[in-house]
Amino acid sequence: MKKRSGRSRFLFLCVAPAVVLFTVFMIIPTLNVFRMSLFKRSAYSPTEDFVGLDNFTRLLQDANFIRSMQNTILLIVVVTVITFAFALIFAAILTREKIKGQNFFRVIFYIPNILSVVVISAIFSAIYDTNNGTLNSLLSFLSGKTVAILWKGEGMVMVSLIIAMVWQAIGYYMVMYMASMASIPQSLYESASLDGAGRITQFFQLTLPLIWTNIRTTLTFFIISTINMAFLFVKAMTSGGPNGASEVALSYMYKQAYTNSSYGYGMAIGALVFLFSFGLSALVNAVTKRETLEF
Amino acid sequence: MEHRKKSTSEGIYKLFIYVALITLAVTIIVPVAWVFMASIKQNSEFYGNPWALPMGVHLQNFADAWNKARMGEYMLNSVLVTALALILLLVIALPAAYALSRFQFRGRKILNVAFMAGLFINVNYIVVPIFLMLVDGDTWLRQIFGTGLLLNNVVVLAVVYASTALPFTIYLLSGYFATLPHDFEEAAYIDGAGYGVTMVKVIFPMAQPSIITVILFNFLSFWNEYIIAMTLLSDPKGAKTLPVGLMQLTQAQQAATEYGQLYAGLVLVMLPTLILYICVQKKLTQGMTLGGLKG
Repeated sequence: MKKRSGRSRFLFLCVAPAVVLFTVFMIIPTLNVFRMSLFKRSAYSPTEDFVGLDNFTRLLQDANFIRSMQNTILLIVVVTVITFAFALIFAAILTREKIKGQNFFRVIFYIPNILSVVVISAIFSAIYDTNNGTLNSLLSFLSGKTVAILWKGEGMVMVSLIIAMVWQAIGYYMVMYMASMASIPQSLYESASLDGAGRITQFFQLTLPLIWTNIRTTLTFFIISTINMAFLFVKAMTSGGPNGASEVALSYMYKQAYTNSSYGYGMAIGALVFLFSFGLSALVNAVTKRETLEF
Repeated sequence: MEHRKKSTSEGIYKLFIYVALITLAVTIIVPVAWVFMASIKQNSEFYGNPWALPMGVHLQNFADAWNKARMGEYMLNSVLVTALALILLLVIALPAAYALSRFQFRGRKILNVAFMAGLFINVNYIVVPIFLMLVDGDTWLRQIFGTGLLLNNVVVLAVVYASTALPFTIYLLSGYFATLPHDFEEAAYIDGAGYGVTMVKVIFPMAQPSIITVILFNFLSFWNEYIIAMTLLSDPKGAKTLPVGLMQLTQAQQAATEYGQLYAGLVLVMLPTLILYICVQKKLTQGMTLGGLKG
């Protein structure tokens, strides 16, 4: 009987601290994002005025916001497509082929994922530097004439961001795909090659359908993490510049809410992007739905 | 004849694969190695060819970064915040995950759903509401005690880190706890052990592999994090973590051109994660597929 009453006290003590911290630092702030998006609050007057959907209607007319959303969508599409292709191909090579130093390659490819985005941004800033950068000097060496591309200039800044983001992400997704590819039984490939299927046929007819569930999960990751990583890279590498050419949705949110102290307006951006990422994930999930294959 | 043709195309294919693998490996190793090389160059060397080897080992950069750029102090802060956040996280998440995965009680289901939903809340969206909550808290504290202590406080930063890592950590640990047979607890209860003793002495030691995974992932994310740190430690003269200090240095570097210090600072941020990664790379890439989720 003593044990019975001890049980609920024990369970309460186990769960309570986690629930309190989770509520205070995650649930309440999340609800606040949506609540504050309907209010107007600025730095020097901590009072809040209810403005309804005013922030949202202003957003849709804000050219800077529209540009930041366009940049975000561009990054989601391009970074996902390039990273996805490279990660799949390298994963297939490393699991299917007999390669010397296989483990070495796997270890090296994952390194960008453990580095801070601040470090990666600093590395790429050194690479992209117009005068003393390694990339321009390499291109000058290869072409024989002096190359002075403004990698972080208005025209090239998105390309530069894409390169850095792909560089960072390939290893992570490759390791994910490698794990699910490694679980496909070897015998399936043996019978496929007996039937005369070449490597490319095997890849499209066997590997891809069998890891489809994993691919769908990673597509959701791609959407959510590209939105976040774009913010981290922009914040550390370009600050949205030059002239807002590399502004993305969350960096614009941060600029409005934190730097500019238009908290309500910033939170309206946050709420919109949050809903956008959910909607897009649901859409991709629905479009990629296939019958699951078992092996 | 037929056979020879096949083996030459096979040879070309193999060559192509190795070229692809080595190219990707080089694009990852060279920039990282370049930073190490640049960190021992003298400032004047940065205006020449960026590919030139350093003329000597100029360790003064590290001393300058450590003292003049306050990297030593930032490093101490980073170590403190990371360690504190990890300890808090384990002390809070372990019992919660245990209770939620191995006991039937009222409210369990809704708590599990809530923590699962927490996996989809990214801190980048809620960092401004958290900041405002702490601002309001400080205003309130100042009225009562005359001093605010929530902002610019590394302990509060550690609490925020631990709280926002709860959903992922509980998810990962619960998954592991759920696989253990119930016989362990029953045997312990028969021996007269209470709930708490059973949990700490019997179950936690068995969960060691997943505890190590949790520590690894969260170490990397806490150590590398800079958006929350930058927002909550906003006082320019106050405490900073290493990535935030480094970001300041990259932005100052454009004006002051202290390249040597910058690259020495980069090495200081990278080195702990790289050393840890080399030691545990196998565990990390395995653990990733176990958890299968990361921001």
